[in-house]
Amino acid sequence: MTIALETQNLEKQFGGLRVTRDLSLKVEQGARHALIGPNGAGKTTVINQLTGVLKPNSGRILLEGQDITDLPVHKRVLRGLSRTFQINQLYPDLTPLETIGLAVSERLGHGGDWWRRMGTRNDVNGEIADLLSRFHLLDVMNEATVTLPYGKQRLLEIAVAIAAKPRVLLLDEPAAGVPESERHDILAVVGSLPRDVTVLLIEHDMDLVFSFADRISVLVSGALLTEGPPEEVARDPQVKAVYLGEEAVDV
Amino acid sequence: MSTASDVGYHAQRQARWHYGEIAFWLIVLACGFAFPSRYLIMTDILRLALFAMSLDLILGYAGIVSLGHAAFFGVGAYAAGLLALHGIVKEPVLALIVAGLAAMVLGFATSFLVIRGVDLTRLMVTLGIALLLEALAERFSNITGGTDGLQGIEMQPIFGEIPFDMFGKTGFFYSLAVLFLLFLLARRVVHSPFGLSLRAIKNNPLRAAAIGIPVNRRLIAIYTLAAFYAGIAGALFTQTTAIASLDVFAMERSADLMLVLVIGGTGYLYGGLIGAVIFRMLQELFSTITPQYWQFWIGLVLVVIVLVGRQRLHRWVLYVPNLIIRQIAGRKAIVAVPESDS
Ligand SMILES: Nc1ncnc2c1ncn2[C@@H]1O[C@H](COP(=O)(O)OP(=O)(O)O)[C@@H](O)[C@H]1O
Ligand SMILES: [Mg+2]
Repeated sequence: MTIALETQNLEKQFGGLRVTRDLSLKVEQGARHALIGPNGAGKTTVINQLTGVLKPNSGRILLEGQDITDLPVHKRVLRGLSRTFQINQLYPDLTPLETIGLAVSERLGHGGDWWRRMGTRNDVNGEIADLLSRFHLLDVMNEATVTLPYGKQRLLEIAVAIAAKPRVLLLDEPAAGVPESERHDILAVVGSLPRDVTVLLIEHDMDLVFSFADRISVLVSGALLTEGPPEEVARDPQVKAVYLGEEAVDV
Repeated sequence: MSTASDVGYHAQRQARWHYGEIAFWLIVLACGFAFPSRYLIMTDILRLALFAMSLDLILGYAGIVSLGHAAFFGVGAYAAGLLALHGIVKEPVLALIVAGLAAMVLGFATSFLVIRGVDLTRLMVTLGIALLLEALAERFSNITGGTDGLQGIEMQPIFGEIPFDMFGKTGFFYSLAVLFLLFLLARRVVHSPFGLSLRAIKNNPLRAAAIGIPVNRRLIAIYTLAAFYAGIAGALFTQTTAIASLDVFAMERSADLMLVLVIGGTGYLYGGLIGAVIFRMLQELFSTITPQYWQFWIGLVLVVIVLVGRQRLHRWVLYVPNLIIRQIAGRKAIVAVPESDS
């Protein structure tokens, strides 16, 4: 199997706090890989290093075999690595149409066009229309994002990441904060991603993780605790201990 | 209608010309014929409007604050003055472009300092650059004329055909033509994918980078373009007044500009134009009523605007035009949807 995304001995510290500890992770091409772990385990910090928002103190990151450790954020996106944020990162004043339009334009290399009106390229328009309808956003495409209900904003968050046509997609708790009634849309969208897109999913909801993932890595205090297929991980006493401990706190 | 063409239609919604805009420009043009005795003040307003539009490009669209925009105005002003004085480029339009380019080069060179950092750093860096240039202009008085400024500038006819007249009529229509052309260009730019990406960066730079927008490159580009605009405004100043002195770099000039945009609003291109008119009229009004305290009154207006909230004020200013437009074009078509400002 080819490796789509890999970290080698990744290390990140905030002051004295080691938030990523010697993390070596391999995500296979086309995998549905879940990264789980209790709150504060450092999952989001890993994503931030993978995407270039944070620089690791040491270690390397490889995308499809190429070292991307020192690439700026936007260049990683153009190489096929895209993400969603645990907390929505959208443009409050822009509409879903504009938000998705930007992502599509940028990927097709038209994002810097200054002499041409937005909306004058049929290839871009077609893709926007396609994404808007897939993500149930057609009816609100002209509303300012800030006015949309949370569930719609969450869908937009995922739609923007997918507009970049990633080969590797990082989903940071896609269903976080979404009310039960709107969860279904999100899960359906995540479930229907094309098989050739490699997905690394961070999720707290164990039902979602076990129904979705074919491989699970467990992160505790920044270090890899264990890794394997779902059945194995579910049986692991160490994992049980971590999660029982947390469950007790959560309740 | 298919969804794709539907999307295209809605994506171009804001870029379409509204009746209110056409009316706006017709009124401006009409002023040129209606008030022939007021060419000087009206030209002054046009210059200020262009200068404010320049700041709006970086502040209103890209969210870059600046307290030193006069640096580019000043470079444009001195460049135009020196070109005319020494007969290097005699034709005014060509000289105008060269002066704009000079400011643009400075804008590009300093953009690397400005785009880094947060608002406060940007305020300090831009202010510092303007002060530095003012000091340099004073130091090299053999070139700039020092505190006396450049004297004895004589403008050649535009295109070798149209001479500048003593009433300022040529100056007014020349400035109006320049303003309008640059407005058209700015309008095109802000409604393009590039312009939209600036608004995205202003809204959320983190997400902008996460969809593949080269944030720094875009900011450098718009800062450089804005410097060109400011340089043109400065060059117009010299060409229509035949003077260039150190106060083109003054901090008051940059600060006034902020006020103009506070009054007119940012992010819809007309803010600088409307703001410039109101600002100069207030200045006139207050300086006739209370010659000594007019700055106090301007300050008071500023405070009121900030307290009442600019959003609401926009609606007042645009109330009548929007009323008319709604009658003609339906509810959704309004002159401008001013954005919130960060
Ligand atoms: N920018 C930061 N500065 C300092 N500490 C941080 C920063 N970001 C995260 N942390 C800390 O790192 C730890 C891991 O955070 P995070 O990666 O968000 O965990 P998770 O996503 O697994 O819940 C937490 O203890 C958090 O407080
Ligand atoms: Mg997290």
